[in-house]
Amino acid sequence: MSLINAPSPHTRERTDTGAVMRRVILATLPGLAVLVWQFGAGVLFNVLWAAAVALAAEALFLRARGKPVGFYLRDGSALVTAVLLGLALPPTAPWWLTLIGVAFAIVVAKQLYGGLGMNPFNPAMVGYVLLLISFPVAMTQWIAPGQAPTLADSLALFLGQTPADAFSGATPLDTFRTWAGDAGALAEHGILQGVLAGRGWQWVNLAFLIGGLYLLARRVIGWHIPVAFLAGLGVPALIAHQIDAARFAGPLFHLFSGGAMLGAFFIATDPVSAATSRLGRFVQALLIGVLIWVIRTFGGYPDAVAFAVLLLNLAAPFIDYYTRPRAYGHKGARS
Amino acid sequence: MTTVLIAIAALLALAAVFGAALGFASEKFKVEGDPIVDQIDALLPQTQCGQCGHPGCRPYAEAIAEGEEHNRCPPGGETTVEALADLLGREVLPLDDDGAEDAGEDRVAFIREDECIGCTKCIQACPVDAIVGAAKQMHTVIADECTGCDLCVEPCPVDCIDMLPRATTLATWSWDRPAGIGRRPEERIEVVNL
Amino acid sequence: MFGLFGKARPPAPVFDFPGGVHPPQHKGRSNGTPIQPGPLPAQLVLPLNMHLGAPAKPCVAEGDRVLKGEKIAEPVGAVSAALHAPTSGTVVAIGPRPIQHPSGMDALCIVMEPDGEDRWIERRPVADPAALGPDGLVALLREAGVAGLGGAGFPTAVKVTLGDQQRVEQLIINAVECEPYITADDRLMRERADEIAGGIRLLQYLLNPQHTLIGIEDNKPEAIAAMRAACAGSDMEVRVVPTKYPSGGEKQLIQLLTGKEVPSGALPAQCGVVCQNVGTAWAIKRAVHDGEPLIRRVTTVTGDAVARPGNYETLLGTPVRDLLRHAGVDGERLGRLVMGGPMMGFTLHDPAVPVVKTSNCLIAATLEELPEPPPEQACIRCGACAESCPASLLPQQLYWYAKSDDFERAQRHDLMDCIECGACAYVCPSHIPLVQYYRYAKGEIRHQAAEQLKADRARERFEARQARLEKEREEKEARRRARLEANRQKQAAAPAGDDRRLADLKKAVGKASSAYKAAVKAAKTAEAQETDNAAELRARADQLKAEADRLKAELRDAKAGAPAAGAPVPAPTDLLADLKKAVGEASGAYKAAVKAAKAAEAEGTDNAHDLRAKADTLKAEADRLKAELRDAKAANPGAVVKLAPTGKAQDNAPATGDATTSAPEADPEAAAKRQKRLKALKTAYNMAHKQYKEAHAALERTERDAGDDDRERLDALAAKVDKLKAKADHCRDALNALVEEAKADIRAHTGKDLKTLKLEAARAETALRQKADELARLRDTADADTLETLDGELRALDEEAQVARRALKQAVQEQGLVEDDQ
Ligand code: SF4
Ligand code: SF4
Ligand code: SF4
Ligand code: SF4
Repeated sequence: MSLINAPSPHTRERTDTGAVMRRVILATLPGLAVLVWQFGAGVLFNVLWAAAVALAAEALFLRARGKPVGFYLRDGSALVTAVLLGLALPPTAPWWLTLIGVAFAIVVAKQLYGGLGMNPFNPAMVGYVLLLISFPVAMTQWIAPGQAPTLADSLALFLGQTPADAFSGATPLDTFRTWAGDAGALAEHGILQGVLAGRGWQWVNLAFLIGGLYLLARRVIGWHIPVAFLAGLGVPALIAHQIDAARFAGPLFHLFSGGAMLGAFFIATDPVSAATSRLGRFVQALLIGVLIWVIRTFGGYPDAVAFAVLLLNLAAPFIDYYTRPRAYGHKGARS
Repeated sequence: MTTVLIAIAALLALAAVFGAALGFASEKFKVEGDPIVDQIDALLPQTQCGQCGHPGCRPYAEAIAEGEEHNRCPPGGETTVEALADLLGREVLPLDDDGAEDAGEDRVAFIREDECIGCTKCIQACPVDAIVGAAKQMHTVIADECTGCDLCVEPCPVDCIDMLPRATTLATWSWDRPAGIGRRPEERIEVVNL
Repeated sequence: MFGLFGKARPPAPVFDFPGGVHPPQHKGRSNGTPIQPGPLPAQLVLPLNMHLGAPAKPCVAEGDRVLKGEKIAEPVGAVSAALHAPTSGTVVAIGPRPIQHPSGMDALCIVMEPDGEDRWIERRPVADPAALGPDGLVALLREAGVAGLGGAGFPTAVKVTLGDQQRVEQLIINAVECEPYITADDRLMRERADEIAGGIRLLQYLLNPQHTLIGIEDNKPEAIAAMRAACAGSDMEVRVVPTKYPSGGEKQLIQLLTGKEVPSGALPAQCGVVCQNVGTAWAIKRAVHDGEPLIRRVTTVTGDAVARPGNYETLLGTPVRDLLRHAGVDGERLGRLVMGGPMMGFTLHDPAVPVVKTSNCLIAATLEELPEPPPEQACIRCGACAESCPASLLPQQLYWYAKSDDFERAQRHDLMDCIECGACAYVCPSHIPLVQYYRYAKGEIRHQAAEQLKADRARERFEARQARLEKEREEKEARRRARLEANRQKQAAAPAGDDRRLADLKKAVGKASSAYKAAVKAAKTAEAQETDNAAELRARADQLKAEADRLKAELRDAKAGAPAAGAPVPAPTDLLADLKKAVGEASGAYKAAVKAAKAAEAEGTDNAHDLRAKADTLKAEADRLKAELRDAKAANPGAVVKLAPTGKAQDNAPATGDATTSAPEADPEAAAKRQKRLKALKTAYNMAHKQYKEAHAALERTERDAGDDDRERLDALAAKVDKLKAKADHCRDALNALVEEAKADIRAHTGKDLKTLKLEAARAETALRQKADELARLRDTADADTLETLDGELRALDEEAQVARRALKQAVQEQGLVEDDQ
């Protein structure tokens, strides 16, 4: 008879990192569905292709580093990175764009730093920013909401060919940036006249919000990051909107445009690159929100989730240093 | 032209002011550290074995302070080399221990007392007075004080001193480091007759 | 505002602590049945360290018969507890047995065999504890072996002894029992609430607290009711705390009930709180009111692999195996055996481990119940651990530092405040054995601290020793100086000119001879290592020797020329001494040369021949010197006798006056003869022995190989062997006789045996070496006078060493022969 000799605790919660990652992927499905509905199957191609590339890149690198491939692949983190990046790419993105972005995210931003848990930056956002800087045109071409191309056209776009019709159209954020300050022009643009915010995008964000709430309910993520993120974005928007409604978009518009919800629930919550303590995470997410609003309003890029997240990833050690919880039996925080 | 001059003058003035301030600060807030030799000595294991080529740890500390390599102390092992490198801002060098396998191992001298002839030679050799005994009487090692330096082994005319690995006791036992990622933190133990 | 992130505080009386987890309780399995008596095993194994602190010292011997409750081990030191026989029987062994420790190591235990009669020793119940007074009561608890039954087994007597300045605000009775599975305290409270209350009253008497709070988790309604009933009308207050692990941790319970935090590194008593387990309160009552020492406890036996889970009143020392069998264990299904709770207990490596004072639970789990831990995955920094940590630590950081052996940072992140509750590892989705990492790091930190302490002590001792040696040296020097001074004054009468010249000459001689010696040494080393310049060095040594000899001759002449000048005695003495020294040196050199030659021959090197030749020359030289010495002695018959009384002589060659060396030298011819004979005999014996051995081997070989027809040849061989053996024996006998003779001779001459001689030689040599070192060190710094003194001292010491060495050599040679023979 043989008995187990193991350190305490002898019982543990039946969670596991793979399950956490699977739930995250599950929670992106509503968002994915809406994206496909609004912008065509291109998004789906992106996501699937990205997942394949990510798994291949991860496996290759794990093998090169002499690690057990199957064991590490099972944690599902590469898949999450791929799905998030695939969702963030424009539906018109050709296959090579995705390939470059995902490979860079997995290889450079994650494995070269030592793999899961060691990367200081959110890999998906690193891949995204690389593409945004290297291929600004391809990365900013979106399809006008509701004018989803046919499956064939989507496939053509994905394969890098130019389909018969041109599908590019501005996003609500772009439109607002272009016409900011001109109340009349703003009112003329139908794309800005959605129920909540910009047409099309409001549904995308709503879907991600629903997915995020599911994650909250399943306790996969804590409330601190999304709430702080949305507050950081919404509160400055509200204040500015009160001051000059024509120049500054309202909080709802900000919260339901671009990558706001995806960022709040799926990207800023990436635990690896976030700050450590609850307070630290709150502060960090708040600053991400504020930074997004600042860049959207005053910066050169229409959306800013990726930049804001990366910048505050950078600040995580610093935030950690100042937000270390006071341990039991100690007076005041020390470092 | 004047602008340039003004700029240069301003820069110079700034440089002077900051320089003075820095100088003052460095004088005023000078860190009164231990002399470097003491700091080095504090990091050496105090085995006093002389394997570094010096008669004891302090002389070696002095030699290090004067520029000798800081990797010559086998009892201290890699940890000491690292700590010294850290203190002195030098490179971490591989341990210079002639490839001895038991470097850093904790050992203790043991006198086989029925063979001891009481010659007192080991007492004279022991740098930390860890051996007690009088002439012609059996000698014994105070295990707690023994640094495991080996110095008493050589002089013994009847070779009755052994260097034994220090045994783990309930008081010194501690948990092993877990095996790491990808491993189960458990093992199986065979249990009979239950 | 940041309360949001730490703790939300519901109103008093119960506070909250951060973190915590809610593992499934599994308590219903064992808390439904009343406490039952445990088994009476065939053997009881009682570890001497059942409690925290120093192990107790046995006060019985193997074979002793003991009664139930008889003390079998005494407490040692302040933090310790006594041990008593749990039933009557015989002590059968006192030795190492496996004990309740995660290391799986053995420790000293008293093993006894019950006789089944269960006969009590006379009990002395205390009816009126107040009559004993607090001190008497504490002593009684110590004698009764009462130790904490809940956690680490801290001796209760120590915990209830307060410092003079200490005031206890709250006495907390820990009845939380927050770990899953365990129900021992639960049942105890339901069934023996009155006894517990009695124990608490005793604690109140001892500690005089302002409040007495009994903390019980809200998942034990029956226990709460029972305790409320027992405490009704008293100043004890039952406080219900919410079910959350680890609310039963001492620090967490204090925080829950009082809102206070025990400062890091301090004891609860320092913030006015004393915490005791309910089980301990019960044991206190039994010890005082019933006169029963702590010999049994209630232990929960549970888990899917036992048929009758429940609480058993177990005798201390009962092997786990017996208890499990008693509860109907199914060995086939058993997958993990845990002593203690599932969160903080440890797996047992051997079912022979006994139940001890701290064993509150035994979980015999199946593999389905407590499955194998999954493999560790990478930390995803999800923060779940930090959210569950009751000490508000950052477990993921601690893990990181422990893993990378960065213990300093781990400590700065308050690793030492981790209570090892396991909440973090419980929630970790990556299945990291976090607690083991922390234990490993803590162990290393403690180890390093111990090393540091030891290093400091070693340094101190080393320095003290250095100082002592230094002082001894100084004292010696002072004595030397005084003697030198005395001599100077004595010599003051002598004509200055001659004296000066003599002194100068002497110094020159000293220098020359030490130079010579250094050269010889260098040459020897060179030869030993067969370096090229050995010959050169040797030549130089010879040259130096010549120089020294010349100087010596001059000195002799000078001395001879000034015999009337006030130093008549030293002249012959010095001459003799010098000669002796020369003889010693020469023969030393000769021997070294012989050795080198032998070595060379053995290795068949080319220069063996040369070396041999050199050895011969040296030998001739030595012989010549010896002859000279003999002549000198003959010419100066009184010198040896005269030596001792003169102070001067003693100074220059203290050992010369000693019979040790002069005596054997007195009859060099006889010695030499004997030596020669010894050598011859030895060779003969060796030869004979070798032949005998060979013949014997041949005989055996033939015996083995040959058939009957070779009978004759065999017999012949056997005869030959016998003859050879006889010859060898004869040789050896002769040799032994001679050696004995020689030894006796030495003893007769010296009055010392070999060991002493060896010792003396070693001492002299050490002294010499030290002096030489000192001289070398001082050469550059000291003034001429000191140098001269030192030089003189060195020479004297050299002489001394020389003499001792020679005496030893003589002796050792004999001994060498003897050793070879055997
Ligand atoms: S080698 Fe020995 S004497 Fe030298 S520093 Fe290390 S412990 Fe001290
Ligand atoms: S007893 Fe021997 S090994 Fe131990 S410190 Fe002394 S000399 Fe060194
Ligand atoms: S719970 Fe585990 S995976 Fe999560 S942060 Fe803590 S150690 Fe890392
Ligand atoms: S084991 Fe230590 S670090 Fe982990 S939760 Fe408990 S106190 Fe915190």
